[in-house]
Amino acid sequence: MQWEIVIGLEVHTQLSTNTKIFSGASTAFGAEPNTQADAVSIALPGVLPVLNKGAVERAIRFGLATGAHIANRSVFARKNYFYPDLPKGYQISQFDLPVVGQGALTIQVEPLSGNAKPYEKTVRITRAHLEEDAGKSLHGDFHGMTGIDLNRAGTPLLEIVSEPDMCSAAEAVAYAKALHTLVRWIGICDGNMQEGSFRCDVNVSVRKPGQPLGTRREIKNLNSFKFMQQAIDYEVQWQIDTIENGGKVQQATVLFNPDTGETRAMRSKEDAHDYRYFPDPDLLPLEISNDWIEQVRGTLPELPQAKQARYVNDLGLSTYDASVLTSSREMADFFEAALGDASEQAKICANWIIGEVSAQLNRDGLDMTQCPITAQQLGGMLTRIADGTISNSGAKEVFRTMWAEGGSADAIIEAKGLKQVSDSGAIEALVDEIISANAEKVAEYRSGKDKLFGFFVGLAMKASKGKANPAQLNDILKKKLEG
Amino acid sequence: MIHSSLSQLGAALRAKKISSVELTQTYLDRIAQLNPTLNAFITVNPEMSLAQARAADARLAAGSAAALTGIPIAQKDIFCAKGWLTTCGSKMLHNFVSPYDAHVISQFNNAGAINLGKTNMDEFAMGSSNETSHYGAVKNPWDTARVPGGSSGGTAAAVAARLCAAATGTDTGGSIRQPAALCGISGLKPTYGVCSRYGMIAFASSLDQAGPMGRSAEDLALMMNVMAGFDERDSTSLQREKEDYTRDLNKPLTGLRIGLPKEFFAEGMGSDVAKAVEAALAEYKKLGAVIVDISLPNSKLSVPVYYVLAPAEASSNLSRFDGVRYGYRAPEYSDLADMYEKSRAQGFGAEVKRRIMIGTYVLSHGYYDAYYLQAQKIRRLIAQDFTEAFTQCDVIMGPTSPSTAFKLGEKGDDPVQMYLSDIYTIAVNLAGLPGMSIPCGFGANDMPVGLQIIGNYFDEARMLNVAHQFQQATDWHSRAPKI
Repeated sequence: MQWEIVIGLEVHTQLSTNTKIFSGASTAFGAEPNTQADAVSIALPGVLPVLNKGAVERAIRFGLATGAHIANRSVFARKNYFYPDLPKGYQISQFDLPVVGQGALTIQVEPLSGNAKPYEKTVRITRAHLEEDAGKSLHGDFHGMTGIDLNRAGTPLLEIVSEPDMCSAAEAVAYAKALHTLVRWIGICDGNMQEGSFRCDVNVSVRKPGQPLGTRREIKNLNSFKFMQQAIDYEVQWQIDTIENGGKVQQATVLFNPDTGETRAMRSKEDAHDYRYFPDPDLLPLEISNDWIEQVRGTLPELPQAKQARYVNDLGLSTYDASVLTSSREMADFFEAALGDASEQAKICANWIIGEVSAQLNRDGLDMTQCPITAQQLGGMLTRIADGTISNSGAKEVFRTMWAEGGSADAIIEAKGLKQVSDSGAIEALVDEIISANAEKVAEYRSGKDKLFGFFVGLAMKASKGKANPAQLNDILKKKLEG
Repeated sequence: MIHSSLSQLGAALRAKKISSVELTQTYLDRIAQLNPTLNAFITVNPEMSLAQARAADARLAAGSAAALTGIPIAQKDIFCAKGWLTTCGSKMLHNFVSPYDAHVISQFNNAGAINLGKTNMDEFAMGSSNETSHYGAVKNPWDTARVPGGSSGGTAAAVAARLCAAATGTDTGGSIRQPAALCGISGLKPTYGVCSRYGMIAFASSLDQAGPMGRSAEDLALMMNVMAGFDERDSTSLQREKEDYTRDLNKPLTGLRIGLPKEFFAEGMGSDVAKAVEAALAEYKKLGAVIVDISLPNSKLSVPVYYVLAPAEASSNLSRFDGVRYGYRAPEYSDLADMYEKSRAQGFGAEVKRRIMIGTYVLSHGYYDAYYLQAQKIRRLIAQDFTEAFTQCDVIMGPTSPSTAFKLGEKGDDPVQMYLSDIYTIAVNLAGLPGMSIPCGFGANDMPVGLQIIGNYFDEARMLNVAHQFQQATDWHSRAPKI
């Protein structure tokens, strides 16, 4: 490959606190404009910020989940610039002393093209820091004027900055997805991308192998993985074309237009702000004791990577199954609850969840949290498959009924008479009857026409109204036919 | 009645010798008579004050009165008070009626004190003469051709002229002590963090501190009992036991060690000021105190350090005044940048703009280390000087201001000369220590001279004791201007 792509991400995750990072105003999404803008959100003269401990706790969770150093002392700084939706004329953020230091995230990359195989990669996280969100400028119907909605102003954000470790759109998307899974997994962000809870800025540059880093352009505010991939693909090609046509890439901030699929510069380095960062004198340095860190560590759930490893090593699942089951905490929880102590059934349980359950959810447009059957219901059914009460085809019927009408597996099996016949005497009687009624075919079979075996199985199943235990039936039939 | 102390007024009110409505009306009448000359008040609102007085009378009648219930207190116009025009001396806030109460205001309201009106001040507390107020200069009641000092000049003039029983001020570099000295009254700047800054319009957040101004140390102690205390809405507010600031007033001063910094008695101090201060020290010796020579070697750097740090914080604190949400907006503008520029150019006065520019400069990329960081380092050295000094003495004394009140317009063209009038007070703010000024005689042109008393952290009660004992032995504090 002639060009190397270098990508780093800055992800703004909205932390799931009920109130703002520096005031008691609500952070709920979708309220009437400015109804969640209290005195602090409006930046009235004289108001002061008071740090929300819940936001700090979430930052600590993130740091612990990525193996990062949590700073015992970090500092809030003011980032000064004028904008109508930035009420104080500065954003409270963290600058040279962030709360979360270097960490890392291991991702599974599925190449987008060709036959390339999925692979694992570790992306280094430079830092993560706490800051407040700005409000919104509304360019709707205000008689030619701009409206300002300060409901979002002061919503807590954790800005997660990666090293430029990614070398393709596929890697960038895989990293963003892994981060998206992780922040929801550890319960610090609802991950709602439509509502802006998870927004990605992507820094892209290209270079020839062995050359120093090229000039980067930053694609701002991507709120879907699909757009991210399109934007990176377009941007990379644009940069390569620019250089190959004798031009030079200028450092710039660009926006992606989903309608045209293009990126376009919104401001160049020349208009870059001098933010005049300095420590916010209204806030004391943030002190985090080791006790607090340990206390938070004690509340962290098992992380996706650890779970994946456990599913492979202890439960014998494939890497693929393990990664699908850990793609969200809801799915992993569902799997574990359905499985219960029956670890020998892990594979069949995984198959049902990855197969039927996911397919049905997909068809009905639901996510795991809205699943109409509980893990306990599914588990009950798996138990009945394992103990031979129902056949696979019986199980499918149980599942369909459960999904549509509810009820436990046992109740459905009872009501629909799906219990399979495992009484060998009964099956033998049935087989004897078939053999005597089809002497001609039996003779053909015995003379070497093996293919007829299926014909006998079909007859026997039909005679048992589908309830004969298939494995048992096979055994008995084989024995009797062979005479 | 207008010459009575707070405790005398409180006793008269509780004994029903006078009602709060009568007392309030007396002061309102006096303001109506004298304010056209002095310009000490920006806003009086008889209706609101008298409504509070009626409520106070009810509370007095019910026997649930506190020490200051029913007593009219003037408030510096830097404190947000619900329903009151709160201008901070600026055109920028000419129309800002606060929807909420500052912590200090609500403390007075809870105590049943009457808000008598909002006193004039240098614009955003930036000034030492009260000449930068958008609402016109305040006149010194001792000589109306002279300045009252600043920035709490309206408060100082109002207290000296008996337009209120006592009043509040704020002190960032001497704004309580210098006008108290120039108007012959007593003023206390508490330890940083003792009075909440919530609702006090910020000038330089790490230096600003509210405090009482009155006619005697005893009055200040009663005011402190109301103003001081932890407030969770100010992250720099200190969580301490509530204390009674009157508790030590009557302790004898035998053995008190008074430190005299040699740097304060070097060149620059007027001989009239020196004479009055020396006489005061002689009085203290009579009261049993001993004099200790000390040195504050870095204090000479406090003016340049202050004029880096205070403007840096101010440039950011004043960014919220952008014409977008409240306050002054230029009547005509072409676009967003033009609206910001015109609103701020028209809404701020020259001194405020000068400090915004200085502050913006020292925080700029490439200058931050040389100015802001360097100044922070020297600030720590200045504080260490005091810590060292307090191992040798109990309080530090010296002049409050190098000269008595100067003429209006005298220093208007020379900001540096103006800045030097705070040369003895600024170091105290940089160190976060408590400092006060009490009248100690008269200098040239029969203008009052102030004695500065600097205490160790949280030593306000002792400082009030030291001041009170002096006031028991002398009568400088009870002299009133003939106006």
